[in-house]
Amino acid sequence: MPNYRIHKTEYIDETKRVSFKYDGKTYFGCEGDTLASALLANGIHLVGRSFKYHRPRGIVSCGAEEPNAICQIGSKKDLTEPNVRATELELYEGLEASSQNCWPNVKFDIGGINNFISPLIPAGFYYKTFMWPKSFWKKVYEPLIRLSAGLGKSPTEPDPDIYDHKHVHYDVLVIGGGISGIITAKMAAKNNLKTLLVDDKKILGGSTIYQNNEAIKIDDKLSSEWLKNEIQEIKKLSNLTIKIRTSIAAYHGYNFLLAKENLTDHLPEEKKKNKIRQRLWKIRAKKVVIATGSIERPLVFNNNDRPGILLSNSINKYLDYYGVSCGENIILFTNNDSAYETSISLHKKGIKNLIVDLRKSASSELIKQAESLGIKIYFNHVVTNTFGYRKINSLEIMKLSEDGNTTVGNKIKLSCDCLGMSGGWTPMVHMHTQSGGKLDFRDDDQVFLPKENSEDKISVGSCNGDFDLENIIDKTVNKINKFLDIDNQDYQDTNIICSKENDKRNIWLLPNKIPLGKTKCFIDFQNDSTAKDIKLALKEGFRSIEHVKRYTTTGMATDQGKLSNMHALGIIADTAGVKMGTLGTTTFRPPFTPLAFGTLVGRNVGKFFEVVRKTSMHEWHVENNAEFENVGQWKRPWYYPKDGENMHDSVQRESKAARDSAGILDASTLGKIDIQGTDASEFLNRVYTNAWSKLAIGKCRYGIMLNEDGMVYDDGVTTRISENHYLMTTTTGGAANVLNKLEDYLQTEWPELDVYLTSVTDHYSTASICGPNSKKILNKLFPNLDLSDENFPHMSFKVDKIENINCRIMRISFTGELSYEINIESKYGNSLWKMCIEAGKEFNLTPYGTETMHLLRAEKGFIIVGQDTDGTMTPSDLQMDWIVSKKKYDFIGKRSLYRSDTIREDRKQLVGLLTDDPKEILEEGAQIVSDIKSKHIDMLGHVTSSYFSPNLNKSIALAVVRSGKTMKGQKLIIPMENKNINVTVSDTIFLDKDNKKLNA
Amino acid sequence: MFLINCPFCGERDQSEFSSGGEAHIVRPKQPTELSDDEWAEYLFMRKNIKGIQFERWNHAHGCRKWFNIVRDTSNDKILSVYKMGEKPPVNYK
Repeated sequence: MPNYRIHKTEYIDETKRVSFKYDGKTYFGCEGDTLASALLANGIHLVGRSFKYHRPRGIVSCGAEEPNAICQIGSKKDLTEPNVRATELELYEGLEASSQNCWPNVKFDIGGINNFISPLIPAGFYYKTFMWPKSFWKKVYEPLIRLSAGLGKSPTEPDPDIYDHKHVHYDVLVIGGGISGIITAKMAAKNNLKTLLVDDKKILGGSTIYQNNEAIKIDDKLSSEWLKNEIQEIKKLSNLTIKIRTSIAAYHGYNFLLAKENLTDHLPEEKKKNKIRQRLWKIRAKKVVIATGSIERPLVFNNNDRPGILLSNSINKYLDYYGVSCGENIILFTNNDSAYETSISLHKKGIKNLIVDLRKSASSELIKQAESLGIKIYFNHVVTNTFGYRKINSLEIMKLSEDGNTTVGNKIKLSCDCLGMSGGWTPMVHMHTQSGGKLDFRDDDQVFLPKENSEDKISVGSCNGDFDLENIIDKTVNKINKFLDIDNQDYQDTNIICSKENDKRNIWLLPNKIPLGKTKCFIDFQNDSTAKDIKLALKEGFRSIEHVKRYTTTGMATDQGKLSNMHALGIIADTAGVKMGTLGTTTFRPPFTPLAFGTLVGRNVGKFFEVVRKTSMHEWHVENNAEFENVGQWKRPWYYPKDGENMHDSVQRESKAARDSAGILDASTLGKIDIQGTDASEFLNRVYTNAWSKLAIGKCRYGIMLNEDGMVYDDGVTTRISENHYLMTTTTGGAANVLNKLEDYLQTEWPELDVYLTSVTDHYSTASICGPNSKKILNKLFPNLDLSDENFPHMSFKVDKIENINCRIMRISFTGELSYEINIESKYGNSLWKMCIEAGKEFNLTPYGTETMHLLRAEKGFIIVGQDTDGTMTPSDLQMDWIVSKKKYDFIGKRSLYRSDTIREDRKQLVGLLTDDPKEILEEGAQIVSDIKSKHIDMLGHVTSSYFSPNLNKSIALAVVRSGKTMKGQKLIIPMENKNINVTVSDTIFLDKDNKKLNA
Repeated sequence: MFLINCPFCGERDQSEFSSGGEAHIVRPKQPTELSDDEWAEYLFMRKNIKGIQFERWNHAHGCRKWFNIVRDTSNDKILSVYKMGEKPPVNYK
């Protein structure tokens, strides 16, 4: 096996071999490697196939910007992870990775045929081709496209890993642990500011940490040596927290940032177990310093995507940091000085290399050094083509014309096994723009830079466009002193020597003798978009960068165009003849690199997904086999199946028992608001549609509450406990909203009212007993209470004791039966319930759930707000005009009840529906029509509640129907998938219209 | 994610608050006297401007008090916070 690890470095422990599998084959790397560096050490460049043309692709970079080396990690259904960048994944023992987007394997890929038919798949191919015939889309095109598309495979089972969230506050957050970040962190922390420094790598120091060129020195030391000292120093600072393997995912307003800390992704399988995999840091920082650095640009020329073509600086890092050479005969193609550093490093390690430079000449320290070492430099030359299928083996260069628009002279063919390209540097302005910052364009070296720094945010170092070391250190120190309002002198006398780049030449799309249509000049490696595609988009009339991006998919892959966006912009600007700075950029959106869903949800999974509220009687319901229904956050008994009953049978039995003898419901979840104050009556007058002033103490009244737009908002019974004391009940789901709404009016519209509101929903438990035998059961529970209709009539309230515990008893009914609601302090709820059950035994007291409650109230035509209403129903629409006071001058929503829209007679109105076949049960939500023969069928309304009533022995339903009030007796049709159901409009009250049962 | 300086509790995360829309829209004292158009003006019409906006906020998961803020909607900067019933600061228009 070839070994490209050619020298020792302090970051790689060659004594610790790590075995891993790639595409099923076992390899060895060393401790300290990333998957990418280990692959390169084994001579493997080819790591995948491109998305559209299935061209062989190799590792391009050494960081987050990697477009090609993305792999599938692991193969377990729950733990496999797609699209992991091999350049960021730290190697661990037993790692299993495979290449993506190729079948049957990376070396022989059937989709590779796309490469040969590529002239047939231009930009917008899918939009253009799969348009017709229309019917083909769903059955033919989409399944085919889905089969061949996609990068990697998602896990198919729930993620078993543990994720965590942490909230932190800091004076200063420093993003990026390169040289400027380290200087900043030291200055801040030494001035007593609580500081957090985050870096996505496992070792601080950025690209300076492996820098070893004699032309670049700080205080007479190599910059890397100097920086190591600084790192040692900052580690001693007590108010500095350093988080490695931590990357900022999002920068929101008010300096609120999300960071992802990787805790176990670098550990072997057995060490990951039971540990938190990733932690999401929610950071609030008073001040944020962005020191995210810059990434090297590729160059756009024909066949610039072959395996073995990398970014020049990545070759340098693989060599000096990982000890790995990317080849034995390397060519560096550049338009700037930084490739010379790579060249010199390679030369020192004895690796043959030469330089092709776009510039006519150049004259910095680095260039002089390269020249004196005898490194061959082709100035004013351009690479025009490359060769080699699975790896580059040679290339052609030509001389550039004076203006740089064409090539001149003869082709020179050079052999090589690796090509490094350097098109200059792009400042990482992601964080700045995510936080709302604007950008400026610097023509000089064609970079977008943070436009403004604010009092709570600043960019320093190369992400701010400062590229040489002297500039970086001096400017960082000055800016940070001002920004943090401190006077740090640590770097006052720092002596910096560095090479200054004097010459620049940038050409976004490099010239070629071959017509563009016949070239493959890749811009976005991951989405396979080429310079030709961009030009085509412009030709077809696209102008906005946002449109060109979406049409050509440039920058839309998992790498979000970190390497491609600038070139796309440059080519658009050149082609359209506009200045690049005026084009703007596409929007930088979070997250910076992909984020696992697990990280975002943290601990809120499974039973912690949402808060669960249980009543005091919950235990009894569980013991008695209840099926539960979620109502808001509450768990409410839905029905209590007995002896293998299904839901229908249970509900039929429960409903019958409640009407024939007695039923009991846990009504504790209803919202309860305690209202006190001298203006309580006046307050109720204003919030309910009916009148409250005359409600006697000890009496209850049903009320409907509207929104200001006149639509029904909530309903419930309110009891007058004493002169200035009421207890309001609300719907279970509406409780919190009603309280908020009432508070809003009290605090903002009617602050003059003396009223206090307290939520007591959780303070009282409620058992509701209904049915003809309920009075007898109550009598057993409260033997001293006079339950006669004279003393305790319907809609009234008494206080009595059970075993010395106060109970509030309301005689109110939601079922139409004689009914009592017993309220007791919640801690006694379960005991009360059990006593009721015990007392009711001889009367077949049957516990019933929400489904039976719904059925019983529907038999009586009582509405449920939110089921029979949907925020567009007025009381009149509900045929409840009786509840709206004509006398009251004002209440919430009154004026809206006679707006032109609310008095329309053809509004949807609540009606009853009876099916012609009494056994046919309608589906809730089913549409209602009057005619099924016309071409255009008018929808008149829909079914809101539907049940089979065991007490009436027929199907009943409530519905909202246009002009329903006037339609009683009329035939309507409910069209279903395979039949039409005939119904007749009826009254909404199906049972006991005279309320005989209530007063029984 | 805003940091809102509740006039009763101090600076808190936005997640503790709920927004109540445009401020200083007074509920008419005599709604019955209003025409449909006038009532609709109160009921539906909101400015939703880019720039300085007066807003109602509620410290829903805190003291539950309502208060007003002045916010520049173009950059989300909260320029002023004041209690219900207090006059809006005059230097923002």
